[in-house]
Amino acid sequence: MLPSDAAAMVHPNPAFSLRRVGAMVLRYWYLLRGSWPRFLELAYWPTMQMILWGYINQFMASSSAWVAQGAGVLVSAVLLWDVLFRGQLGVSVSFLEEMWSRNLGHLFVSPLRPGEWVAALFGMSLIRTVIGVVPAALLAIPLFGYSLFDLGLPLAGFFANLIVFGWSLGLVIVALILRYGMGAEGLAWIVVFMLAPVSAVYYPVSVLPGWLQWVALSLPSAHVFEGMRAILFDGTMRWDHLAWAVGLNALFMGLCTAAFLYSFHQARVRGALLQTGE
Amino acid sequence: MDQCAKQHAIRVETLTKRYGTARSGEVTAVDGISFTVAAGSVTGLLGGNGAGKTTTISMLLGLLLPTSGTVEVLGVDMVRHRHAALPRMNFSSPYVELPHRLTVRENLTVYGHLYGLKGVKRRVEELAEHLELTRFLERPSGGLSAGQKTRVALAKALLNRPELLLLDEPTASLDPDTADWIRTYLERYRLESGATILLASHNMLEVERMCDDVLMMRQGRIVDRGSPSGLLARYGRTSLEDVFLDIARDRANGEDASRDDRREAADAAE
Repeated sequence: MLPSDAAAMVHPNPAFSLRRVGAMVLRYWYLLRGSWPRFLELAYWPTMQMILWGYINQFMASSSAWVAQGAGVLVSAVLLWDVLFRGQLGVSVSFLEEMWSRNLGHLFVSPLRPGEWVAALFGMSLIRTVIGVVPAALLAIPLFGYSLFDLGLPLAGFFANLIVFGWSLGLVIVALILRYGMGAEGLAWIVVFMLAPVSAVYYPVSVLPGWLQWVALSLPSAHVFEGMRAILFDGTMRWDHLAWAVGLNALFMGLCTAAFLYSFHQARVRGALLQTGE
Repeated sequence: MDQCAKQHAIRVETLTKRYGTARSGEVTAVDGISFTVAAGSVTGLLGGNGAGKTTTISMLLGLLLPTSGTVEVLGVDMVRHRHAALPRMNFSSPYVELPHRLTVRENLTVYGHLYGLKGVKRRVEELAEHLELTRFLERPSGGLSAGQKTRVALAKALLNRPELLLLDEPTASLDPDTADWIRTYLERYRLESGATILLASHNMLEVERMCDDVLMMRQGRIVDRGSPSGLLARYGRTSLEDVFLDIARDRANGEDASRDDRREAADAAE
């Protein structure tokens, strides 16, 4: 077959191809469906966390006026926290799969572009987060008589902001592993927990020391959890917190994308795309 | 596409790659090489370990950015516009395996979509039949033998019917029968498609059999080039292996670099 005939057998090669994004999502989906323990693990941890915090919530509601005022505040907090954690982990783990299988060399001699790959990492992160968190949220209804979905439409805003912040953190971790190799792999599992105290997941930002409150309010996650508590305690939607979360997310995503692109470029300078792996 | 691009599938000018920094110590892996590869030819890229073959191939693929010089593949500047050439070329190396946990069919399907193929399922099955992989399609890639893995890697490399195929030691660690089968398949592909093949190999018989042209590399430089028969005549040898040893040991210049010196140079480049 002549090359001209071959050209007729392929789709056009646009600068951003949803077909290639879909191919990469398919690649990660194949990995996930091929291993039921991995599939189970996605839902296991959020469910265990939800059960643990559900009982703590029940106990605290009978002994703490603050918790009693906001029905299911701790359960909501832990489930939304898992959106952030799973969002970040979804990006990092899919990336690590490429490192473990030393597949970056093959991927980037194909027409796949970095932006398409990142879009696929985000897409897969969304799928993994939904698989992990939705069963736990549904199980909270019969177990504790509390539905996260009672938060209503704002829940979509909270979910979107937390998962996007998770993606930003995931991109930074990818950038660090591309730069420092598999020695930085551990960051994928711990980085998000560094932000937990200042994200004010289970308590209001006001309990933090003054200087730490500024740190907290510079993170989209703290604004989301403040917004969540405003709905649960006062029944009011704090648009100011949502606006801050969106603005900060745009800033973090911009910075983290720049860090990823720089790191990817440097990996091409150092030849790391062909060599990096376990 | 200009006339030059039609004649040459690859055009490289004063290509240099240095690793490290002046402070940490620089290593020059590829040192100002220039060459062209004629469209439709099979060209061998030979040299000892650390000679700069893999670095050169990585730059041809656009995976590695050169320190200086230009790389043009199928008429496309690979530093700036590599995505215009990548759908028309492909690469295979036994040292870069496909993901182990995906089945052969899954791996080939993913890459078929990445290359934007129409009728991916049909193409995968067609290649599996040609490469005698049909009964392995549902097996995890990691569970295959070396020969089967090489055939799967070749199937991946041929998915998009590439105009340019870059092969890094395509028959390394294969038994003679399987290696011969792979060579025959590649020869037939080249004949039928008119594709250009650049082949890095340590197997001199393979190079003698398959290549129209040979580039000899040592310490990051191209030290000689010619057809296998031309090189044999020039060095007064009866086998390409002896020519290789003459060049690797710099015997052509009346020198015979000590093994320690060569090892040191190879380690530095790697």
